[in-house]
Parts: sequence; structure tokens; C-alpha cells
Amino acid sequence: MANPSAVCNGHLHHHHHHQKQNNILKSGIYKKNGITKGIKKNGISNGTLYKKKFVEHFEQAPMYVAVFTFLGFGVGTIFGYLRDFMRAWGLEKRNIATEREQQKDFVPLYQDFENFYTRNLYMRIRDNWNRPICSVPGPQFDLMERVTDDYNWTFRFTGRIIKNVINMGSYNYLGFAETDVNALKTVTIELQKYGTGICSTRQEMGTLDKHVELEKLVAKFLGVEDAMVFGMGFATNSMNIPALVGKGCLILSDELNHTSLVLGARLSGATIRIFKHNNIQSLEKLLRDAIIYGQPRSRRAWRKIIILVEGIYSMEGSIVRLPEIVSLKKKYKAYLYLDEAHSIGAVGATGRGVVEYFGMSPDDVDVLMGTFTKSFGAAGGYIAGKKDLVDFLRTHSHSAVYATSMCPPVAEQIIRAMKCVMGLDGTTQGLQRVRQLGKNTRYFRRRLHEMGFIIYGNDDSPVVPLLLYMPGKIGAFARRMLEKNIGVVVVGFPATPITESRARFCVSAAHTREMLDTVLNALDELGDFLHLKYSRYSKSSHPELYEETRLELED
Amino acid sequence: MDIKSMKNYLYWLYCQFELITCSYLMEPWEKLLFYTFNITMLVMVLYTAYIFVSVHISTAFQFFLHLLGNQHENTVSVVK
Repeated sequence: MANPSAVCNGHLHHHHHHQKQNNILKSGIYKKNGITKGIKKNGISNGTLYKKKFVEHFEQAPMYVAVFTFLGFGVGTIFGYLRDFMRAWGLEKRNIATEREQQKDFVPLYQDFENFYTRNLYMRIRDNWNRPICSVPGPQFDLMERVTDDYNWTFRFTGRIIKNVINMGSYNYLGFAETDVNALKTVTIELQKYGTGICSTRQEMGTLDKHVELEKLVAKFLGVEDAMVFGMGFATNSMNIPALVGKGCLILSDELNHTSLVLGARLSGATIRIFKHNNIQSLEKLLRDAIIYGQPRSRRAWRKIIILVEGIYSMEGSIVRLPEIVSLKKKYKAYLYLDEAHSIGAVGATGRGVVEYFGMSPDDVDVLMGTFTKSFGAAGGYIAGKKDLVDFLRTHSHSAVYATSMCPPVAEQIIRAMKCVMGLDGTTQGLQRVRQLGKNTRYFRRRLHEMGFIIYGNDDSPVVPLLLYMPGKIGAFARRMLEKNIGVVVVGFPATPITESRARFCVSAAHTREMLDTVLNALDELGDFLHLKYSRYSKSSHPELYEETRLELED
Repeated sequence: MDIKSMKNYLYWLYCQFELITCSYLMEPWEKLLFYTFNITMLVMVLYTAYIFVSVHISTAFQFFLHLLGNQHENTVSVVK
């Protein structure tokens, strides 16, 4: 495992003290009720579990913002009812799905809030989603222009292509979504050797030597005994959790877990309990209650207790509090399932995910799961851990038995990307990409904080959500950014709480400083025009003071 | 120059109003309906203020003078 002090946030002295201390602490001398009796630096409790400062921001907007947001939704709802009334009485054409005449007396299908919201609020700003692109989603892409004649019910393409839109929405953290011929040489060779289709599942005739090579490489990359790869990242979660837990087991899942984890948990049939997002006290209380009271009616002990968390939460940009969760899991003898979809390749000194970011050993986590979609420019997912676990999954997972395996050119793309990150191809390009991503992330977040926007999440996470709050601003923001040739992803109600809509930026190692500056200047202008700078802690009043005291290792 | 920046500021305020009340998202006929309703309510409130507030203020003024100075014992016009 590479030395984590190689890339640090500039707190070098702080780090060396903790390094020595943590080596003593790791050997297990400190365990008493999970509270460390070591020296506390800066009075931070649990300061000894974390080697670097863990800084997360979840600032609340001023009260008038909440009032205006509700006002906006109120007006939208009133007009929604008006339009529904007009549609029901035939004064307006119905464009969306309705029940048939013969089914009018049946249980109504489209009366719930989700359908109301889709019909009346989502449709008005629908042109900001599902935009078709027609090039590789690298740091810039080409967009097909589309217009609507009837207020977003139908679209038509004008035939024009908008070129070189700066891409702030793709999960291209290390920049491996590229079409450079030299980079894709091995992928082309494998494509010509194997073709594209597998036409079988892993257990029948779909295991190729490429899969075996890839699995060995993934295991080496993560520092575990064995790994298994699957063709689809979502299916990795939803099809493997049912194989690991069943009835009589307890799943403790974070509030803001991804849908794939929720689906897998529900499919398994185990009891699910939710703890507050990244809140260790809530998790500990649930664990204690589970062990003290056991299963609901029979009071028997739970067969298994498993904690489902993610490395980086993609809507908040927050990083999981892994050291504390691992100490809890050891104390209460539970299992830990870590979904590193967004964090593998994106955090950590050499890109090995949150386990390396916190300086922990991969043996602490029972099931390491991740996807290749985000940082490796391919598709698919993996599950890694002890050899017994992976052997069990090879026979018992639904994905292994029924799903088609990963296709060979994609496997080769992952192999070449992973070799690049590990440095096995003889260059330092991989490490440079990881460091460039770290630099870009810190620069982007710092500038946004200085400008006065409200940004959620950890300072080291490449996912940057910028809060917009009001429904009217969602559409305005996305449209105006596209006019300035920048493509952003805005997120509204079903994926986020209804009053906290946001624009989510994904910083990439392939973004140059000029591209980031273009985006930041555009955001500055737009922030002033749309009045988005709600933060009360902006440091922009004295920028020259902060220049001197910043310890960033900027070249 | 002052007129221009004033006009820009007013335009900016109008844009904020549009964004906050979601009228940016509405179709033209909905905007017409919404603004008509708003302007009607505003005009009614102002008219009510014009008619009644001045009477209320002068009444309150005389009541407080009566309380403090007891100078208008013989006035019969103030009945409350």
C-alpha cells in the first residue's frame, strides 16, 4: 500500500504525528468500549481514528430561501391542479398516459403525488434531461440540438450538432473515456480476437481467460484474496445481496443508499433498518438494539447482521466514516458491505478507494464492491474479498448463474485502465491522473466555496453538488449553462428531498485548468444573475489573505 | 447611466420574481392568468389601504390626544 503522506492536504506536520500514533493504536491496545484512550489532538474526539482532517459541509440555507422554495412549489401545485382540471373536463388535450374509458370505475392509476408531479412540474423542465450526445463523453462532448414546439411534450432534432460542450456531468473521474488510438490499441486487438458477444452465462460457457485475468488483476489492485466481475454494476448489487443474506438476517442500511442496494436488500427478504446518513450514533443504537432484542417476535439472535454503506454518496458528495464503522463492526461482530461505485479510482493516494484514503487495511471490510463504469471508462461491477466469499458467490449468485458475462473488449479496457493506474504499464500516467483529479477537485471546491455557493460534501470528493433549492431555478440554471456551452446535470425531486434540488458537478482528471476556469467564471456570472450565492461563510472578502496561508501543493 | 443601471436592476428583480414564483416555467396564457390575479390583488390591497388607512390613522391620532390631553371633550364627531 503506497505511503499516504505522498499526497496530503497540506497538513504535513499533523500527519506525521498521527502516523506514529496510529501504528501503536492499530495493534489493538486501545480497545475499551470503542473509545480511544490515546492523546486527542485539537480536542477532536475520534481524532485519533482519522489520519487527516475529515471536513464535510452541509450548510443550511437562510430561512427566506426555504420560504421562497415552498412558495414556488405552492404556485406550481395550484397551476398543476388547474391544468388537471382542464384536462379532466376536456378543455385541454391530454398528452400523458390516462386510463381508458372502460376503466374509469377501477382503482385510479395516476392520482398519486409522483404522477401529479411528473405531469405538471417535471414536464415543464423536461428538456434538461435525456439530452442525446453524439461523441465520447470525455472532458468535452458534442450534443444534438433539439427543440420543442409544444412545451416539452415532444421533441424534434434540428440536425445541428453543438460542438465541444464542456462536460461537467459524466462520471469520468480518471479520464479513461477517450478515443486516442494508442490508448485503445490492446482493446482493438482483443475486439478483433474475440468479437463482441459472449452468448452465455458465467456458469455455462461464458468464462473466458480475459475474465480470469481481470479478476486476478482486480484482486491485486485492491489487496484482497480474490474477486469476481459481473457485466452490470447495478445488477452486481441487486443480484448479490440476496445471495449473501436471507430471511432471519438483519440489514442496516444508510438513509441515502443507492437504489441498487435498496433493491438488493428488499429482494433478499431480510429485515431492513435504516440509520441516519453517516451518523455513527444512530448506527450504534440500532446495533445495540438488534443484539439486545434479537428478532422481532421470537427474540432469537439474528443469523447475520450486515451494514450496507457506500464509499462516496453520489447525491451528497459525502464520504463514509469508515474507521468508526469498522470499529463498531468489530465490537458488535457485524459484517460490512462497502459499495465503492464512485470512490474506486477517485479517492486515495493511488486511487484504491476509501479503504486507502483512510489508511486502513482491506481485510477490515468483509465485502468490497465496486463498479467499473465511473473511473475506468467501461461497464460492469466487481465483488472482492476473501476467497471463500468469492467462491460462494460464483456458485450462488443470480448474476453468475443467469446473467451474461462481461464482453471481452470491455474487460480489456478495464485491464488496461487498471494497469495504467497501478503503474504496471511502465509509465506514471495512472498516478498522474489520480493526482490531477485530486488537484482539480480541491481547486474546484475551494473556488466555489470562495464564491459563496452552498456546496455539500467532503472536501476530497470529486462529486460536487451545488444547491439550487427553488424549482424555477433548476430549469433556468441548466438552460443558461447550455447556452454558455457547458453541460451540467441538475437533480430534482425524486432523487433528492423536494426542497433541496441541486446541480451536480463531477470533476474529472481530464479537465484542464482552463476548462475549470471557464466553468467557474460562468458559474460566477450565473450565480449573480440567478442569486444562488446563499452561503454565509464565503471567504471572498479578502482573497489575498488566503493566498499566503494556503499550504496547497500546487505546481 | 443611472437610468440604465436602474433599469437593469429592475429587470433583474423581475427575473427573480419570475424564478421564485415559478412563472418562468409557465406557458404564456398561464403567465397572463397569474399576473392578472397578482395585479388585481395588489390593486385591491392598495385601494383598501388608500380608503381606510387614512381614516384609521386620524381616528387613532385623535383617540390618543384625547387620552393624553383631554382637550377635545366637546367634540361629538369622534365616536368609537
